[in-house]
Amino acid sequence: MPTRRHILAAGIAGLAAPRLARAEDLPGVTATELRIGNTMPYSGPASAYGVIGRSHQHFFRMVNDQGGIAGRKINFITYDDNYSPPKTVEQVRRLVEQDKVAFLFNTLGTPTNSAIHRYVNQRKVPHIFLSTGADKWGNPQEYPWTIGWQPSYRTEAQIYAKHMLEQKPGAKVALLYQNDDFGKDYLNGMKDVFGAKFDSAVRTASYEVTDPTIDSQIVSLQSAGAEVLMTAATPKFAAQTIKKVSDIGWKPLHYLTNVSISVGSVMEPAGPERGIGIITSSYLKDQTDPAWANDAGMNEWRGFMAKYIPDGDLKDGNYTFAYGIARNLVFMLEQCKGDFSRANIMQQVANMHGFQPPTVIPGITVNTSPTNFHPIRQMQLARWTGSTWERFGGLIEGANV
Amino acid sequence: MSASKGLHPEAAIGPIAVPAATPAWRRGLYLLVGIAVALAPLVLLESFHLFQLTMAVIMALAVLGLNIVCGYNGQISLGHGAFFAVGAYATAILMSHFDWSFWATLPVSAVVCGVIGYGIGFPALRLAGHYLALTTFSLAVAVPQILKHKSIEDWTGGVQGLFLVKPDPPAGLPLSPDQWMYVVTLIVAGACFLLAWNLIRSRIGRALIATRDNPTAAEAMGMDIASLKTRAFAVSAMITGIAGSLSAVAIEFVAPDSFSIFVSITLFVGMVVGGVASILGSLFGGLFVLFVPNIAEAISKAAPGVIYGVILILFLFLLPDGFAGLLRRIGQRLRIRP
Repeated sequence: MPTRRHILAAGIAGLAAPRLARAEDLPGVTATELRIGNTMPYSGPASAYGVIGRSHQHFFRMVNDQGGIAGRKINFITYDDNYSPPKTVEQVRRLVEQDKVAFLFNTLGTPTNSAIHRYVNQRKVPHIFLSTGADKWGNPQEYPWTIGWQPSYRTEAQIYAKHMLEQKPGAKVALLYQNDDFGKDYLNGMKDVFGAKFDSAVRTASYEVTDPTIDSQIVSLQSAGAEVLMTAATPKFAAQTIKKVSDIGWKPLHYLTNVSISVGSVMEPAGPERGIGIITSSYLKDQTDPAWANDAGMNEWRGFMAKYIPDGDLKDGNYTFAYGIARNLVFMLEQCKGDFSRANIMQQVANMHGFQPPTVIPGITVNTSPTNFHPIRQMQLARWTGSTWERFGGLIEGANV
Repeated sequence: MSASKGLHPEAAIGPIAVPAATPAWRRGLYLLVGIAVALAPLVLLESFHLFQLTMAVIMALAVLGLNIVCGYNGQISLGHGAFFAVGAYATAILMSHFDWSFWATLPVSAVVCGVIGYGIGFPALRLAGHYLALTTFSLAVAVPQILKHKSIEDWTGGVQGLFLVKPDPPAGLPLSPDQWMYVVTLIVAGACFLLAWNLIRSRIGRALIATRDNPTAAEAMGMDIASLKTRAFAVSAMITGIAGSLSAVAIEFVAPDSFSIFVSITLFVGMVVGGVASILGSLFGGLFVLFVPNIAEAISKAAPGVIYGVILILFLFLLPDGFAGLLRRIGQRLRIRP
């Protein structure tokens, strides 16, 4: 029977085990291995996103089963950061300085990535394909080692602005936004498209995350005579908006950020019939949409899920996101032609043309250049029918700013 | 805190049964060995581990602050993350908006946190035990949202937070910024630990403990309980706030998301694991809360929280009175066997 003393002694012995470290010229790359670093919120308030990291672990297992990339096996090292910026700094420093990874891939979260933004750029470590929709990751002049992936909130707003100008030219537009990074990206996207006309055509109202309701904002926007409403609000406030707009009998052409299109947490609480006609946008194929039941790309994803993550929830959109972005990484790494130096990785990241990730809506392609660090800039609109989001129209691309 | 704390050997009989004073040469020797052990990582560890250790010392300092009010004075606080945040923001705002040097921000941060802590101390007089825990908990819940508020956004940077830069090592010293940060942390934390040590072993420290163990008796002996409790809160908030200041420069970034309620809980865990009402225990608590989550994660990525919980329970089982208790038991055994 182990006593306290035995357990203590064993614990001390374990802690004393030596750590191995090696110096290399080409960080994270050997003849047989390519080390990739990542942080994810496996615990803490955002742990629902942890499935993205889990999907990646299995994805790279599949890549290795198929022979790896340029003869090298992928060693995907992922750490929990609890969605806490100080923890992200610690974990990223561990990845870069101790594990000596070649680059960071798909680190998740806006505040967490903000905390390491300067560090990775000072160290010149590729910080690529982040899991966050903020627009600031696409700034190659100041931060040449950081690049996002999904369409930024700003791009999304540009797409709505283009569509509303086409549908109702000259109409008075109302913009309701959350007063933070997220909401302001929508404000900027609208400004990009409206340009000099913004001040005369758009009436804005903002709210704080701490506000109990947005009722007064909605009333003031309606009384300004707006015929179009763009809502950049997180789910709770989006539901309130849909309800209030319907309650006061306002019938604007209503655009809603795709952050808040969850049926369960927005549309149903607001009242499904109240939201009929609301327009949003997407770039990923929705796995529950029957249109993709026999789609080749989605079948490829389903095959991966069946073989590598058989217990994964097939309705969880984080899996299709993770698969698409990981496929994109493989595409970029193959383009490196075996030269995995950090400089060449960034060169190839800025040189992707026309790649179509399997879980992304057909026609949307990944394109970058040394001055364009926004890989996905197209989306398709969708309309709420009262029970589901129905895609319509062609692809719309963000504005060139 | 419960009455069993009254049986705490160090706390209850410590002040009376001071062992035959340690000879001065031996105390000097202990001090030198301590300094050598504290400085050894500078040469032994590479920059990442040094950074981790720096963070652990910072957490230890924050736990020390909590220990003064919780451990020694018996007022449960689940809201010390709020003081940690206020200290961090005080330093960040002064450094990024006014270009103050880090050293100059420390007194300001200490005073701001001390004043807020003093203010919190007043409701604490009326609220005891669980009620106080909940009140302070609500403080910790509120702070990240207050930091995002529009009216102070120009100062706090809102959700985006603020960026700042580590202090540069002085020109003459051959140290990297990481090494210098460690030295800075050691100096500040060392000074705070020394002051706390003296405070606890002084007249006031004994009064704090007496107030915790038996307030009625303490009052009958002529102690001003209200003033003791509010001041304990002020000192405690001050120390935790200074730790927050250090963490802001070590991380070089502050944002409301950095100071969720988990910080308060983490500090509480550190205090209990390290040893309630123990100065040295705070140091172990800091090491625990920084390193053990990493160990938990290395064991399982699927459910690091579960592993962390299991480790925590194991610790409480193996070391029911914290690391400090373990050391005390070892010390006693050594004394028995000459």
